[in-house]
Amino acid sequence: MLEKMIFGRYVPGNSFVHRLDPRSKLLFVFLFIVAVFLANNTATYALLLAFTLLVISIARIRLYFLFNGLKPILFLIIFTLLMHFIFTKEGALLIDWKFLKIYEEGVRQGIYISIRFLVLVLMTTILTLTTSPISITDGMETLLNPLKRFKLPVHELALMMSISLRFIPTLMDETDKILKAQLARGSDLTSGTVKERIRAVVPLLVPLFVSAFKRAEDLAIAMEVRGYRGGEGRTRYRQLDWQWRDTVVIILFLVLVVALFWLRGGN
Amino acid sequence: MDISLQQVGYSYAKGTPFEKRALYEVNASIRTGSYTAIIGHTGSGKSTLLLHLNGLLKPTEGVVRVGDVSITADTKAKELKKIRRHVGIVFQFPEHQLFEETVEKDIMFGPLNFGIPEEEARQRAHELIRLLGLPEDVAQKSPFDLSGGQMRRVAIAGVLAFKPSVLILDEPTAGLDPRGRKEIMELFTKLHKEEGLTTILVTHSMEDAARYADQVLVMHEGRSVMAGAPEEVFGDAERLKAFRLGLPRSVAFQHKVEKLFGKRFGTLALTEEQLAKTIAEALKEEGER
Repeated sequence: MLEKMIFGRYVPGNSFVHRLDPRSKLLFVFLFIVAVFLANNTATYALLLAFTLLVISIARIRLYFLFNGLKPILFLIIFTLLMHFIFTKEGALLIDWKFLKIYEEGVRQGIYISIRFLVLVLMTTILTLTTSPISITDGMETLLNPLKRFKLPVHELALMMSISLRFIPTLMDETDKILKAQLARGSDLTSGTVKERIRAVVPLLVPLFVSAFKRAEDLAIAMEVRGYRGGEGRTRYRQLDWQWRDTVVIILFLVLVVALFWLRGGN
Repeated sequence: MDISLQQVGYSYAKGTPFEKRALYEVNASIRTGSYTAIIGHTGSGKSTLLLHLNGLLKPTEGVVRVGDVSITADTKAKELKKIRRHVGIVFQFPEHQLFEETVEKDIMFGPLNFGIPEEEARQRAHELIRLLGLPEDVAQKSPFDLSGGQMRRVAIAGVLAFKPSVLILDEPTAGLDPRGRKEIMELFTKLHKEEGLTTILVTHSMEDAARYADQVLVMHEGRSVMAGAPEEVFGDAERLKAFRLGLPRSVAFQHKVEKLFGKRFGTLALTEEQLAKTIAEALKEEGER
């Protein structure tokens, strides 16, 4: 039932984006998130959207698949859009129908914020769809390595991240299993009042937490048994390799930023 | 409640890159009051198949008929809940579904969902605690304080509590000790015989299939490839081997003995008891000659 959720999943492939070094991808996504906030007019938001679509096509991800998997988040975006339509009261009046008054500024703000949100979600989803969790953590660890000097437990953080990424699908499957077992016992999550629905979540959450804690304990024991004792002196099986494509990505990002500054409305 | 499957097909995650075909053109029919075993190698589609039997999955092709309700790809969720009232599933490791504060409450969860009055549900819970051989004082304990075997029994009670007329068992004894295994399997047989409960058992144990079932269905790579009485199915060792399945120990042993004696016995020994009898008779015959 949850099999359509793609947030945090990895789909193996061989596109340009797939073959990038995780460091360049991470760096790019991180900088991109900052750069998104440079946009402030129609031209810049259009550029961001176009750029994201370009990345999707280079990564060879089917649009239908992407949007189908992000449906829950799309609802959130539509909700924000409507909130802006209804509550922002600036600019010229566009629609005046009984209680509903929609203003030009509301529409504009709503669309801008939605695009910003959409672009952020899409870019991060592309990152996880095209990069295996192991590469992401490896990349993260190397990128954060300089911070070790400030006593930041980089290796431990990376490990925590890889464990949580690793267990997202497992927990999803688990949820699905428990959901089925409770449905078979007549539990109903899709009908009834809000209060009833919230109460129907308890039979799902309790077993899920119980099994998550058990899993965590098993994992801790398994790691200890295999002699794990943190990052000190640990070598790598997979070496990261920065290539020409990674440099291209960084240059591409700089071009994007220059374009954004150029198209940006002054204020 | 008769169950029939016609040309049932199912794909997981249809329309995504994760799409995976699990069932192809499955046909089967399960009569009221029968005991059917579904066997097959890991990944043969057994578990997917049983999710169809109480509407947890809707077939992407074909029709599943449960009693007088037909389930197809576009059956509404409301219809499905009606089926679940009559078809109970004991999943693999059913103790993972426990969540309530007390054993009593957990057993009552199903009946209350299906609209059985509270007093009746409570009474039923206490009956089941006794029936499953759990100590009486367990009712007010937390299910998480019990041993693994006891948790399993509580979970099984939680399904039996709403008195389904069809009981589906997905490897109900996995991970139990031999004695617990036997006790639980005997309990299901008792329920099947005394209350006429239509039983469907998914199992890896050829011995259980041979001993308890009156009909065996073999799944292989998402297709239903053999169906019939246990004597028929286990009589065809060659075909079973092609589906990567073995024989029940008693049948395998019988074949060895037959080789030794240089002749074939009339009946197929589906249980150890039957095997002992067959061999004793053969020895007697030998002695008389």
